[in-house]
Amino acid sequence: MEKVFTVKNPTGLHARPAAKLAQTANSYPCDIYLVKDGKQINAKSVMGLMALAAKQGEQLTVITSGEKEAEALEAVGAVIETIFE
Amino acid sequence: MQWKGIGAAPGYAIGPAFLLLEEKIEVQKRTIPQAEIEREVKRFSDHTSLAIEELEALRESTRQKMGEKQAEIFSAHILLLQDPEFIGAIEAKIRTEAVNAEAALQEVADSFIALFDSMDDEYMRERAADIRDIRNRLLRKLTGAKTASLDDFNEPVILLAHDLTPSDTAQLDRSKVSAFATDIGGRTSHSAIMARSMDIPAVVGLKEITANVKPGDILILDGSEGLVYVNPSPDLVAAYKAKAERESAQKVLLQQLKDEPSVTADGARVELVANIGNPQDAVLAKEYGAEGVGLYRTEFLYMGRSALPTEDEQFQAYKAVAETFGGTQPVVIRTLDIGGDKELPYLNLPKEMNPFLGYRAIRLCLDRTEMFKTQLRAILRASAFGNIKMMYPMISSLHELRQANQLLAEVKEELAREGIAYNPTMEVGIMIEIPSAAMIADQLVKEVDFFSIGTNDLIQYTIAVDRMNEKISHLYQPFHPAVLRLIQHVIQAAHSAGKWVGMCGEMAGNLTAIPLLLGMGLDEFSMSASSILRARHLVKQLDKGRMKEIARHVMTLDSSEAIVAYLQEHVMDKL
Repeated sequence: MEKVFTVKNPTGLHARPAAKLAQTANSYPCDIYLVKDGKQINAKSVMGLMALAAKQGEQLTVITSGEKEAEALEAVGAVIETIFE
Repeated sequence: MQWKGIGAAPGYAIGPAFLLLEEKIEVQKRTIPQAEIEREVKRFSDHTSLAIEELEALRESTRQKMGEKQAEIFSAHILLLQDPEFIGAIEAKIRTEAVNAEAALQEVADSFIALFDSMDDEYMRERAADIRDIRNRLLRKLTGAKTASLDDFNEPVILLAHDLTPSDTAQLDRSKVSAFATDIGGRTSHSAIMARSMDIPAVVGLKEITANVKPGDILILDGSEGLVYVNPSPDLVAAYKAKAERESAQKVLLQQLKDEPSVTADGARVELVANIGNPQDAVLAKEYGAEGVGLYRTEFLYMGRSALPTEDEQFQAYKAVAETFGGTQPVVIRTLDIGGDKELPYLNLPKEMNPFLGYRAIRLCLDRTEMFKTQLRAILRASAFGNIKMMYPMISSLHELRQANQLLAEVKEELAREGIAYNPTMEVGIMIEIPSAAMIADQLVKEVDFFSIGTNDLIQYTIAVDRMNEKISHLYQPFHPAVLRLIQHVIQAAHSAGKWVGMCGEMAGNLTAIPLLLGMGLDEFSMSASSILRARHLVKQLDKGRMKEIARHVMTLDSSEAIVAYLQEHVMDKL
């Protein structure tokens, strides 16, 4: 399954937001990937997320596949659209 | 060879040098024959598993020795070693480029390090340091490179480092490290302050000592004079051994003063209390004869971690300190003083041009009221378990004091509503560390129970001198007449309103300043635990009536030099 989400957090998906996202992704059994500008990373990886350095307003495609893929898609999407501070 | 630095914490140590440096491991890039690639990938993942096991053991022993908080760093390292992108990228590189694991690891780690280092974000740069750390750990495993470990020495070592962070300092194992020395830093840098509170001899500001000493060189470290001798003559070693013995004899003498009250020769009572950073310091301070705590720096609860401490964590720490002091001796808790030179990566504070004049301490707390109220709740809850007092740092105006007290009133009301116990008459004071607050002390005093003069900042703000800047550190003068006039004004303002005044800066433990401050009327002296017995020894010999006359005369003198010379001649030389 895939769906596009927009980063809302003013400082982007850095640091704690990235950690939170990876944590959320890791709580699901399915594979979860994020795609930005053709670059794909594993959403369960904090380092990948931090390296992706997604900024406010950028669009990320979330791809999930496997057990609980629909739930995972929404959960990860919700974190992407969270304003952390 | 002799090195002169700044004595950060007194005492002597003799022993081999141990250098805490970022090591460089040479990596040879090799091509792996196609048939052996999977074996190479397996070699990499086996060593990664070994490194994880090693880190788990380290985490466990750190947890037992130093607590949950210090152990967290190893959890973060374990997570990195399990990170699918990181590990995946390395394994992919071994396969697609047919290179050895060391080279693949080095290249992938270095690209992440370069990326994170380039980000304008303190938190990300710290992650770069974490990756460096695990890269080195894994490289050592893969190459079988031996590294010096503190365990290789049978005797305690003298640790040398370019700089030590407060958490490095807190993690020092006293049974293995007898003293430390650093290239940078000053008397009031955080590692120096912690060295004094841990009673570990230290010399800082030695410029290039780490580049000029080899591991295992024999050193003498003299923390009282700020000297380090490298490979000293046997005569010098003997002389220092004798000095160390004399010192421990004096310690025994001072030890007898441990449970005695701090009363001057003419019967005036003062309070000699300790500056502490955590509950363990409180235990140590009690052993050193402290009659309470005059400054509990709560920021250490917030440092070296990735998120704010919970109310309960804070409550447990504050309660433990109050209980260490038997529930009756005073414990003054300072609310969070962060910002300035003390950063918290997880608060994502912007870099400032002038951090000491910026968004810090009470200013930050009055802006982030949720964080502040959590701390106030924890302090109030702990106030039910002992003689806890609380003070706000960096107050510059009456308005800020009122805002803080307003939040305190709200928190009290919440607790009362929830039926949670606290001391409704807990004393609330402020730090006087900004000249504006000192000048309006007579106005502020009406809305506080006490003042505590924070001389480190008061001096630097009054004289406009950065205490960390070695080029102008000679201008940092505790005995500057302007500083003394401010202190005098603060004490008089408090006393005429019937309130007490303490001091919790370095000056309160300075043996030349104590007689003068006593004469000026200071009620409470808060200092490093290790200075307390010496201060008590001094106070017992002083006559407060005479010190009042001394203070009156000092206030007529026009320079720091003249004042110090006068005190030396008329007080110190007569003891």
